[in-house]
Formats: sequence, C-alpha cells, structure tokens
Amino acid sequence: MKVVLQNLTKKFPNRNKKEAGEVIAVNDFTFEIPDGKLIGLLGPSGCGKSTTLNLISGLQKPTSGKIFFGEDDVTGLPPEHRGIGLVFQNYALYPHLTVRQNIIFPLQNLKGKNKLTKEQMDEKALEIAKLVQIDGLMDRKPSELSGGQQQRVAIARALVKMPRVLLLDEPLSNLDARLRLQTREEIRRIQRETGITTVFVTHDQEEAMSISDMIVVMKDGIIQQIGAPQEVYDNPVNLFVAKFLGTPPISVFEGCVRAGKLYIGDDCIMDVAGIDDQDVYIGIRPEGFILDGDGPLCCDLKGVEVMGRDITIVSTHDGCMSDEIRSIISSDYKVSVNTDQVRFSLKPHKVHIFSKTTEMRLSGN
Amino acid sequence: MTNQKDFEKIERAAARRKTVINAVIYILLGFWALMVLFPFYWMVLTSVKSYASYNSEYIPKFFTLSPTMQNYVDAFTAVPLGQYFLNTLVFTVATTAIMLIVIIPAAFAFARLQFRGKNVLFTLFLSLMMIPNELVVITNFVTITNLDLRNSFTGLILPSITSVFYIYLLKENFAQIPDELYYAAKVDGTSDFKYMLKVMIPICRPTIITVTILKVIECWNSYVWPRLITDNEAYYLVSNGIQEIRENGFGRENIPAMMAAVVVISVPLIVLFLIFRKKIMEGVARGGTKG
Repeated sequence: MKVVLQNLTKKFPNRNKKEAGEVIAVNDFTFEIPDGKLIGLLGPSGCGKSTTLNLISGLQKPTSGKIFFGEDDVTGLPPEHRGIGLVFQNYALYPHLTVRQNIIFPLQNLKGKNKLTKEQMDEKALEIAKLVQIDGLMDRKPSELSGGQQQRVAIARALVKMPRVLLLDEPLSNLDARLRLQTREEIRRIQRETGITTVFVTHDQEEAMSISDMIVVMKDGIIQQIGAPQEVYDNPVNLFVAKFLGTPPISVFEGCVRAGKLYIGDDCIMDVAGIDDQDVYIGIRPEGFILDGDGPLCCDLKGVEVMGRDITIVSTHDGCMSDEIRSIISSDYKVSVNTDQVRFSLKPHKVHIFSKTTEMRLSGN
Repeated sequence: MTNQKDFEKIERAAARRKTVINAVIYILLGFWALMVLFPFYWMVLTSVKSYASYNSEYIPKFFTLSPTMQNYVDAFTAVPLGQYFLNTLVFTVATTAIMLIVIIPAAFAFARLQFRGKNVLFTLFLSLMMIPNELVVITNFVTITNLDLRNSFTGLILPSITSVFYIYLLKENFAQIPDELYYAAKVDGTSDFKYMLKVMIPICRPTIITVTILKVIECWNSYVWPRLITDNEAYYLVSNGIQEIRENGFGRENIPAMMAAVVVISVPLIVLFLIFRKKIMEGVARGGTKG
C-alpha cells in the first residue's frame, strides 16, 4: 500500500492567544511512500516529524492537504477506520491486560464480516507473538516485562490486524544502546517479512540510516531532502542536511572560491571548476581527510583517539566553525603525537561546498 | 578497638531510641483503637442486656453477666425489620447502580472529550459542592412532593443518583491515564464508549470500587431524606424503622432491642469492608507506559 501525502500542512494556533500568528508544524509536505518500503522520518526535535506521523494515523487532522492510502483518500477518515498500526514512544500498552489480551485487543474491535472467533484470535495472536519472539510471555502483565519486551508487545499489537501502514514513533528511544541495535534489526526483519509499508520516526540519524530504504530529512516542518540513506549522505542538498547526517559530524570551514580554486584562509586546498567566485562554507566528512605530509590543509594537532579499527585525529583550525575537527583515518597509518601540526589532503567527493548566503550546496562540473 | 566500641555504643543507643519511639507509637495507636472500637463494644453490649436490667442500671455497667438474645427476637417481631432491610437493600443497590451509570460517563466526558464550555460547566459543577446539603433538602422535598413521588422508591432514589464530588474524584483519576492509551485504543479501532468501558474503567477500578463503597455506606446510613419523604411503613428504611421499636407496655423506646437491630444492620457494611479492604487500598495500576 503506497501512501501519498499531498501539500500536507498542519498549523497550530499560538498558545498565547493574545499573540497573533500560528505555529506551522508541517509545511506543504508532498511526497509519496512507495509500497512495502521502510521510510525514516528524520529531523531534530520539534521539526514536525511526530505531527506528520499523527496526520498519517488520523489522530490529528491536517489544516490543508490530502492523504491517500493507495487510491483511497483517507484525509477525513478517523484513525479507527484507516487500518493502521501505531507504535508509541512509550509503547502505551494497556496495563490491566496481559500480553495476550493486549495483542488481541485490536482484533476484538473488528466488526461485520471481519469478525473473528475466539480461536482465530488466539491463533493470530500467537502467530504474531512468534514473529516478534514473545510467545513465551503471553500471560504476563506489561509491568512484568522489560523495556525491550514491552516494545515487542507494542509492535505485535500494531501488526496483529495486518495494518495497511505501520507507523513507529521513536520506538527505540527508551531502550539501552545494545537493545536498540538489536531491536532495530528486528524491526527491519519484521518489516521485510510482512512487507507492510512502514514509517519510522526518529531523531537519531544513525538509526534512520541503518534500517530505512529511504530517509526524509525535515527541519521546521519543511522537507529538506528525500532519498536513499547513502545518497543523502553523499549528496546533501544543503548545509543543514550535511551537518545533521554522520557521526562524527561533518567539519565545516569558512572559505571562499577564487578563480576556480577553493581557499580556507590563505591555503588553496583544491580546484573547483564551475563555481563562481564567492564566500562559501566548506563541509568535509571525517573520512574525507588523507594524512599527507605535503597536504594543503594544515591543522593544529590536539590529540589522537585510537579506536582499533581506525584512528580519530582531533585537531583545530582557525577557519573551522566548530571547536575541533574530527577526521577518521585507517589505523594502518602511524600518527606521531609529538608534532604540533598535522597536514591533510582531501578526497574531493567528500568535500561539499555550500553558498554562504543560501546555505544550498554548490556543485561544480 | 576504641572505634569498634564507639560503634557498638551508637548502635545500642539507636536501638534503644527505636524501642522507645515504637512504644510511644503503639500506645497512641492502642488508645486510638480503643476510642474507635468502644462505641461498637457498647452497641453489642447493650444489645445483649435484657430490657429490665438495662433500665435498672442507674449507672450503665461496662459488662453484663446474663447476656440474652431476646432483644434480637424483639427487634424482628416488634417491627417488620425484615421489610425495612429489604427496602434499604433495594434503595442502596438501585441508588448506587444508577449513580455509577451517571457519574462514570460524566467523569469520562470531563476528562477525555472536547466540547464547548467544558471548563465553565465543570466549574459550575464544582461550585455546587459549596451549597450545603440541608439547603438542597428543602427544594428537593418541594420538587418530589410536586411530582407526587412521596412514599415511593423513585422519590427516595432520585435526589441521590448523582454526586458532584464523585464525578470530580473520578475525573481526576481518569485524567491521569496517559493520552497515548487513548490514541492507541483509537488506532486499535475502539469507539470512545468502548474505550471507557474496556480501558478506563478497568484501570480506575480501585477508585470506582472506593466510590461504590462510600456510596453504599452513605445510602445505608441515610436518615434525613428517607425520614422526610416517607411516612408509610412500607417504604421505611432501617435507619427510620428502628426508631419505631418500642416497649409494648409503656410505649418507651426499647433501647436494647434497637441496639440489636443496629448490630444486625451494621454487619453487612462491616463484612463489605472486610471483603474489599484490599481492593480499596489497591493503588492505580501502572507499568504499561514507561518514560
């Protein structure tokens, strides 16, 4: 089931009634979620990603715009008739019901020809419980489960009625680091096995990139970029997207383009053809640095962090907008800690140039 | 070594202090228990004294050497106590049941639904709590009389089928249930009514049970209103009925028989409390939501 959002806008009235104006949580959102894909909605907190999810689920009504599930216009449909599964950040399990009863709950509300007998319900519940591997816990209450188990119950409850669309609202944020890794793989597996179109909201870029078929980066209610995770990472359209994706974050320098050459301070660091002379921001991915004694970029060495697989060189530069530059190089290199300075040359495809005025990416030939 | 001794000293002092504090607490609690339980003892004691011995005691005695069960027999034969019992039971069950049907949806509406004027209406409701009951009794009496409902169960029950305080209590309880549960239930395909029935009521069961028990006690003990609205013996409740127990010869109140009747009508409440003691204390279920 593909989901189409058309010019979707949600405005909230200003909380202070005396002040005019309203908060636009989602602004003119147009995009199509292909059938059977897992989409990550990604952005800093307050960027409208949860609101977008609530609009898709029907818990909130859009101010304007339309939502389609397949060919059906569901904009005016209340949530109970949309056929969606929703997993909340805090799981929202019914505390007075056992795991089994929690999972069966959505089935008990089916009406008419979809109505199931008790045996069919039990069977379905068990089937889905096996899928999320909680079939041994069916008679426990939610309070007797760990966070990860509760989360699986919540997913099972959302999946049991075979929803047309599965919506996950920061489902991993209450889990510890190890469980989070494990559970996100699990979500990916379950989504693949069921083939249900899934929208996954998160503020954690690593999480979004690792499991999504496609990510949507949002800021202040506006879509910044849509694409496959690697594509968005490699070709950010603007400075915000470049800064938001990647750990350690991209290092941003102030610089300028003069006669087809890119300068940071007085150092010419590389050739750029096809960009007019102007002041620019230069973003360099951590893996874009090559340790090179004759390299054009000279930084003050601050320290070296050894991670085993690779080395992080922490250095500073006057032109850099953040306090330190983190560059990752292979541990095959030996870095002498005793020098004050370190020189890099750069991988051209890891260097992104952004206009200083619009913060949009400039691409040369 | 000296340190070790110091510690032992401190430990002993702490233990001593604890013993003293505990002793004081238990003495106070014991005294309190005695104060609370004494009227009950007096009630049972009086109910087993014979009419003659009760009246011959110029200064009432704290014990009796010749207990009798005659008073219990008298209580049931002097007046139709069984009938009063039945009336009270019907009155209590009907009032409590109807009240629950009224206040639960009301509390749900105030806690969960959005409608115009909700806050104004709720404030008005709360302000009703300021009006003393005695004032309302007069207007209620006029209303019920004008409706020609004196000496009927409808007239008895009607004024007490709602309670602002219980609506308020329940509303606060309902409001504590996280919004996510409501949204989850919506997505799971429930209507508002079904959500109330299948999620809110079970979660708030302890509060609802508490309200029920308080209401039952209130009904069981109600005196002023039934006294006003009924003068036909067929509709007397126990509280009014036992006033009619008199000694045949002199027409004076037969206090021991009355006490016997009081013991009989108190027993159901005490049993009710003992059964639901744990339920009343039970905390609101938590744990389904983290964070």
